Amino acid sequence: MGKLFDELSKDPRLKEGLKTCINCGTCTAICPAAEFYRYDPRKIVDTVQRKNDEEIEALLRSETIWYCGECMSCMTRCPRKNGAGLVIMALRHLSIRLGYFTESEKGRQVWPLTKALNTNVLEYGYCVHPATFAYEDHPESGPVFQWALAHKEDVYGRLGANYQGKGPGVLRRIPQEDLDELKAIYDVTGGTERIALVEKYSRAKAEEMGMSFEEYTKYTFEHCSAGHFNSEA
Amino acid sequence: MIYQGKQKIWSDYQKEIPSDHWFYVRSCIRQSFFPGSEKWFLGICRDMLGHDIHETEHHTTCGGIAYHCDVIPQETAMTIVARQFSLMTEAGYKNLVASCITSFGNYIETLETWREFPELEAKVRENLWKACKREFERPEYVAHASDLIYKYRGEIAERAKYRLVNHETGEPLRVVEHIGCHYSKMFPHKGVGGAEYPCVLSGMAEAWGGQIIDYPERRHCCGFGFRQYLVKANRGYSMSNTHKKFESMEPYHPDVIITNCPGCPYFLDRWQYVISEQTGKTYGQNGFGIPVLTYEELAGLVLGIDPWDLGLQIHQVAVEPLLDKMGIEYDPKAKYLGLNEKDIMKPGLPTVLRCC
Repeated sequence: MGKLFDELSKDPRLKEGLKTCINCGTCTAICPAAEFYRYDPRKIVDTVQRKNDEEIEALLRSETIWYCGECMSCMTRCPRKNGAGLVIMALRHLSIRLGYFTESEKGRQVWPLTKALNTNVLEYGYCVHPATFAYEDHPESGPVFQWALAHKEDVYGRLGANYQGKGPGVLRRIPQEDLDELKAIYDVTGGTERIALVEKYSRAKAEEMGMSFEEYTKYTFEHCSAGHFNSEA
Repeated sequence: MIYQGKQKIWSDYQKEIPSDHWFYVRSCIRQSFFPGSEKWFLGICRDMLGHDIHETEHHTTCGGIAYHCDVIPQETAMTIVARQFSLMTEAGYKNLVASCITSFGNYIETLETWREFPELEAKVRENLWKACKREFERPEYVAHASDLIYKYRGEIAERAKYRLVNHETGEPLRVVEHIGCHYSKMFPHKGVGGAEYPCVLSGMAEAWGGQIIDYPERRHCCGFGFRQYLVKANRGYSMSNTHKKFESMEPYHPDVIITNCPGCPYFLDRWQYVISEQTGKTYGQNGFGIPVLTYEELAGLVLGIDPWDLGLQIHQVAVEPLLDKMGIEYDPKAKYLGLNEKDIMKPGLPTVLRCC
């Protein structure tokens, strides 16, 4: 048993997600990610249960652990009640802790996600919020949402929201004392430390790639190289 | 009652949903994209049907999206959940109802993890006290908001002004139901009907006169995939999964799709627009798309609530073909009015997808 497997074993998601994999491939058959990406959860779970540190390290530095959508369809169908999606979550967690995530294109996306989602949580109290949802980043939201975002107070007000108002209701402003409690939870539970760690590794990678941090943030959010999809030659 | 055979299997997936007294927590995505649904969940359950559902301004996200995008540790996510439980305890409630499917899954996962690893619950209690000086009781029951509308489907049917029936032909409307993955794929015994035969949405549609369509990719994910949508570079994954579902349901000519997850109606609606722009293909009749509704929007139409009060104008796929089939009266001129009937112009039109 290797040190990396020991580290993974401390994660309750690995304990829940990896019991006795029989390598049947049902998880791969049902997986929405495996249909489009070059992704095979059966192989990943098998690699982990072989407990070989070199192979696990290669996984932690790879693209493949970032293809899963965490829909957990695999959990329903596994005849041995494993959860490949849970194993993936444990692998991602360790990849981030060790800084290996910056070695793959899909792994580097952890930075723009970290920045956007945690800013929303800590400033607005929700993971997604219209105040930070830019149409330019989301052209798929359509002309109707471009219009809605341009008239937020009117559209949300018309639909009964309490947009950035006091008291309860849809899209209310979260009182500062509650945002302070969220921040304190981040501080006590490692959330704040995680943000700093991801930023530190990402800044180093940006420098290595010869980009400013702003350029790196935009590039990792937008760029998709060839080679990720099954349909590619 | 002693069940046998199929009855026994089925009974394993039934939920005894408490009828009243709920602590309500909102959804990040539904507030942003379906604000009318969040408003009318309370409007229908609390104000029209008279049930006790409590909301406090102090609750927040459960952190589920950040957790499933792997940008916060599990301990952070569980402590945010514990804070929500603390607010519920403080307000004197024991039943928690979540607007969001990711939240519902997150609450259940947290409770199940604590059941397996009691030391984690102890650690989270310590964290919450250290961070917020708060304590909590575990909820006695966690429901998703669609469970409540399912529970009250008969009461809604009794008050129905319209039914899911073509008012010209008398034929039942053809309904596709799409269940959010985290409703029951992780913990099947927590969903009405489990993961293979969930009936939380089909039960509503049938109670209101509709006919459910079965199609090959009925249980396939909508394609949200958390990081697979939220990062611009990954959205091909999201659209490809939606495309797979639409190609599969197309031969069955659905009149409407209903969903119980905050993200699914957004993706099934918006990717129809993108597919039409990219390929020229539309899935409804006469160049329209297939309308995609939340369960509150559908319940609201059945109850005779104005479609523009429900928020159906901020869908990209036009809902008018469905309204016309149900015989619902509506004012086309009022569709895009702002607050207090203010003129705020109209959205632009897609190139291909027909809109009203």
